[in-house]
Amino acid sequence: MKETLYDKIWNDHYILDNDDKSSLIYIDRHLIHEVTSPQAFDGLDIKKREIWNKKSIMATTDHNVPTINRDQGIADPVSKIQIEALRDNCKKHNIELYDLDNLKQGIVHVIGPELGMTQPGMTIVCGDSHTSTHGALASLSFGIGTSDVEHVLATQCLNLTKEKNFNIEINGKLHPYITSKDLILYIIGSIGTSGGTGYTIEYTGTTISDLSIESRMTICNMTIEAGAKSGLMAFDEKTHGYLKDREFLPSTKHYDKALQYWETLKSDDDVEFDRKDIFDAGDIQPQVTWGTSPEMVASVDECIPSSESINNEEEYLDTLSYMGLKPKTEIKSIELDKVFIGSCTNSRIEDLRQAAEVVEGEKVSKQIKQAIIVPGSGLVKAQAEKEGLDKVFMNAGFEWRDPGCSMCLGMNDDFLQPYERCASTSNRNFQGRQGDKGRTHLVSPGMAAVAAIKGHFYNVKDFMNEK
Amino acid sequence: MKSRSYHGQVIPINRDNVDTDLIIPKQYLKSIKKSGFGPYLFDSLRYKDTATLDSNDKREENLDFILNKQPFREGNILVSKTNFGCGSSREHAVWAIQNYGIDVVIAVSFADIFSRNSFKNGLLLISLDSQTIDKILKSSLSSSAYVLDVKLSEDRILLPDNKEIPFSISDSYKERIINDLDDIELTLKHKDQIKNYEDQMKLIKPWLFNNE
Ligand code: SF4
Repeated sequence: MKETLYDKIWNDHYILDNDDKSSLIYIDRHLIHEVTSPQAFDGLDIKKREIWNKKSIMATTDHNVPTINRDQGIADPVSKIQIEALRDNCKKHNIELYDLDNLKQGIVHVIGPELGMTQPGMTIVCGDSHTSTHGALASLSFGIGTSDVEHVLATQCLNLTKEKNFNIEINGKLHPYITSKDLILYIIGSIGTSGGTGYTIEYTGTTISDLSIESRMTICNMTIEAGAKSGLMAFDEKTHGYLKDREFLPSTKHYDKALQYWETLKSDDDVEFDRKDIFDAGDIQPQVTWGTSPEMVASVDECIPSSESINNEEEYLDTLSYMGLKPKTEIKSIELDKVFIGSCTNSRIEDLRQAAEVVEGEKVSKQIKQAIIVPGSGLVKAQAEKEGLDKVFMNAGFEWRDPGCSMCLGMNDDFLQPYERCASTSNRNFQGRQGDKGRTHLVSPGMAAVAAIKGHFYNVKDFMNEK
Repeated sequence: MKSRSYHGQVIPINRDNVDTDLIIPKQYLKSIKKSGFGPYLFDSLRYKDTATLDSNDKREENLDFILNKQPFREGNILVSKTNFGCGSSREHAVWAIQNYGIDVVIAVSFADIFSRNSFKNGLLLISLDSQTIDKILKSSLSSSAYVLDVKLSEDRILLPDNKEIPFSISDSYKERIINDLDDIELTLKHKDQIKNYEDQMKLIKPWLFNNE
């Protein structure tokens, strides 16, 4: 029988069927961080349970860490307790931890692939919904809650119900300066934030094969915003090229065997999906979200749509009042207070290069109170500094920070004040996401950089043509 | 199987896409416990200003928000629309709902990870069609008290006018809630099969286990 990529990875990790509709599925890699793990370790302790396979676990501190003045330690006592809980748990159980003093520390979804901990064909879980990111490397990866974290620690397995197969095929060429971020925002705008619920989405088509692995990660990362727990992409030459020489890859002894296996990681030709949508990349312009859900999105040259585009008039008006915007406002006329370039969606070296290309020789608008760049990991930061990107940013008036989740969720000191408006390269524009009453507009790194320079939204394509 | 039913006031949250940031904002995720989140449920809607875990003096309530009105304040059955619980994987959202005293959430649809987390914690989620939901929302918003009887073992809800609404729920979910089962213990009954699988994989995909 023909199989999708999802079917293949599922079958390769299948152990048994339970009495209900779920199956017991083996988990190869478990990534943990300070926010969703303490209660899980606590649960193990209470029941005196052992960890099944410590070697499958990698830990980092990212969600709640300072991105400035790290040498002074963590000022907030509550945050400190949480980070210390992770340190203690890792020490006690002998788990590899990439802590603040380690060059390889960073956002869990950035460092997993970067270190080669993420490998094709693996099942990967983490107590964080953006675990979907790792699907760009043909691994079945998804976020779990704390009880599941505990379950995986204790059993190396999860009871899962198989999802349906959804194929999103995207063909054609993206215009210059239009990125995979615009592409995924456009797709979410089209299928809606619950469009993928109950499915695993596999992305195919010429646009995807043309994209770099880092750009592919941005798409899989935001798949959760379309309601699907996992996004997948087939293994190809680019995946192979990306993986080469990463630290935790299979050793020389096993490499050929691994590669042979990886090469099978694609859907069979002509396999039937439960659902299939097709998009044309050539249709896509730079995207900007205008509301409090990622599906509330428009092209930068458009206006905020009228209420007919949303099925719930009350919600539409509530949203606009929260955002401090009026119906039909031109997106380009929206003025900003802050700019954030970072998060597991857009904080890799390619993202920073895109932003730097825009920023080179320019200055951040006086109107912008703060513009910060937060690299996804210590290694990304080091690479950017090697290329001189830090100077480009700082000369323009950006702040250059240490790696972490930062203003993506504002658990540390980087957050919006009430009513501040931010152009952000992150993935969620929910109410209060970046700070109580804060207003978030999701965009690509290039678009965020242009917004910082102009003080309002502007089409990055036009900006670069005029430059 | 024991029977279980929930009787109580509806809390209508009349919107789609109630996300986890709305249910419990991030500053409270710094806690390393599973309890104590009740006061922060729907924090940004409930209070006029924010707090942190270590500074939570008495805050001024936003009296327009439903949870600050009677009889909703004492409600234990939350009713909302589509895609409830979307957003992050934070189980704190489920803990906050339970810590507040809510036993059941009824909505048109739920986000996947939130559903899993609810299942794991024995929070009962019921999906109903949007027409029925709209009716419950409307009635509960317009009457001073609107009390439902959720009879889990009979898969039905009794409305105040004595009309019945059937719902469907998987047997395992039901059993879990009624018998308060320990998932890990259930899985560990298959310990040998897990070990067998691992032994097999050590031969087929050795790089995942002994990468030397
Ligand atoms: S960067 Fe944002 S979305 Fe990504 S893991 Fe951190 S908090 Fe979650």
